[in-house]
Amino acid sequence: MLAYYLSFSVNCMDKVILRSITIHNCITMKILVCITNVPDTTAKIAFTDNDTKLNKNGIQYIIGPYDDYALARGVEIKEQSGGTLTVLHVGGAEADPQIRKALAIGADDAIRVNAEPLDSYYAALQIAQVAKQNSYDLILMGRESIDYNSGVVHGLVGEMLGIPSYSPVMKLDLDGNQATITREIDGGNEILKVSLPLVLGCQEPIAEWKIPNMRGIMTARTKPLNVVEPVASEILTTPEKYTLPAPKGACRMIPASEAETLIRLLKTEAKVL
Amino acid sequence: MSVLIYIELENGSIKKTSLETIAYGAKVAEKNGGKAIVLAIGNADASELEKAGRYGAAKVLHATDQRLEHENSMAYADILVQAVQQEESKVVILPKSGLGDAMAARAAARLKAAVVSGVTQLPETDGVFTVTRSVFSGKAFATTQIHSEIKILVVKKNVIEVDENAVATGNAEIVPFSPAFRGEDFKATVIQVEKTNTELSLTEADIIVSGGRGMKGPENWQPLVDFAHALGAATGCSKPVSDLDWRPHHEHIGQTGIKVAPNLYIACGISGAIQHLAGVNGSKCIVVINKDPEAPFFKAADYGIVGDIFEILPRLTEAAKKLK
Repeated sequence: MLAYYLSFSVNCMDKVILRSITIHNCITMKILVCITNVPDTTAKIAFTDNDTKLNKNGIQYIIGPYDDYALARGVEIKEQSGGTLTVLHVGGAEADPQIRKALAIGADDAIRVNAEPLDSYYAALQIAQVAKQNSYDLILMGRESIDYNSGVVHGLVGEMLGIPSYSPVMKLDLDGNQATITREIDGGNEILKVSLPLVLGCQEPIAEWKIPNMRGIMTARTKPLNVVEPVASEILTTPEKYTLPAPKGACRMIPASEAETLIRLLKTEAKVL
Repeated sequence: MSVLIYIELENGSIKKTSLETIAYGAKVAEKNGGKAIVLAIGNADASELEKAGRYGAAKVLHATDQRLEHENSMAYADILVQAVQQEESKVVILPKSGLGDAMAARAAARLKAAVVSGVTQLPETDGVFTVTRSVFSGKAFATTQIHSEIKILVVKKNVIEVDENAVATGNAEIVPFSPAFRGEDFKATVIQVEKTNTELSLTEADIIVSGGRGMKGPENWQPLVDFAHALGAATGCSKPVSDLDWRPHHEHIGQTGIKVAPNLYIACGISGAIQHLAGVNGSKCIVVINKDPEAPFFKAADYGIVGDIFEILPRLTEAAKKLK
């Protein structure tokens, strides 16, 4: 089925028909991967408009690094088990290049909920809404976005759908309807077995990041990217302003020949020993 | 109005980070004329739980159940929601951790509450309830107004000074708490729990000694480990080091690894890539030891030594031992 699918995937018209066959006639995995569109990890953060908005000048946007792990594992599972992978983003059209990249990496189609994600609750509500309409077996995302670092969206989505959620997941194996998960807990790891459907927040080493190849980039251009409108939600939070940390004082250099002084300074001056 | 504070237990003791959480919650309650109520899940002696009183808690709800042996955010969130409802709490405080975030998230969905994770200050409660939290991996802070009736805050480590005897009168009342569970709470079967060998968990440690590629190979780690022992510190490493398998993955500190906020972070042979800094910028004091005077990490450091790590580390270990 996979080979059959690939042979047609360059043709947009046939793909629509084919996708429905893939979903209905095979016992296959239906996977949703949620991605964030975030400033590159090396981005210098500054604000404009009276410190109410991120200064996007010169900032390169990327798929969240944790989401990238989720996507890579999702693609592997899809390729092994057959099935479909939909990539989902809540946000504006500026994320489309990153969504296309996810399609080039191996997602079959994409959904973009056309709304500014106001907060975690709002983003989760939109994801849950899409999930309710499509009943996915597996909903994968990064353990946290690297802009807000909250790490709560997977839990919110899980609860909104009434299904288990786990994070951070470092290993995911599937045997039919059963998932075996290794996740990080405080001071160690835990391995557990649980049946699908699930929401998982992923981190390395769940999979290696994938780089799109030329074929992927070509086919991504014609894969469907469906833009849908958000569901209404109560406003639970309003952003007020951003602040930058106070600039760090100068580093006090200690000559290597007097390295021992460091220990005394840490005790008497910094008072951290 | 009451403030409900979830605390984490480990081997029957309240985790140190959770003592901070109690102190934080007690301050919020005090400001608003409410009671600080603690929720503890799992086995612990009454004498241990009573300690919560010294940090400002009035009462401890204690839930124990055989099935709660493993971290289970679904069941734990169930308990949290029922405690919030019973105590009519309007503010819920949890410590920042994987479990804390997961419980906060699931409870928020049930209670239709705003959840703000990574909080770094006490909230403003005169007027609109406003909190400040860390964003962009510690590169900035965001201040947010919360409008929902119930507010859930997940609080970072090292946010407030903890006074062990905040309340002279001492002991909190311990009340057994027996929540109802849902069937799906126990859907998973835990088949193995692997605790890593490090005696100290990185997120709990007050002092961390961390090594980078400048350590030149896994066989050279002993001087760093010795120094860490002399200081009672946990050991960590940079991403390249864990990628090269010189050190285990769970020691990786940085943007995509563990984010730490110790009182003292000592970086040995780490140049200080921005992704590494994102994992340590919550540290109170940073020391950088590197042979390269141009290493960018010095710009983020409080103290620096330029020199040969393998010559310097044993001397620091001796000096630290003498201090004890």
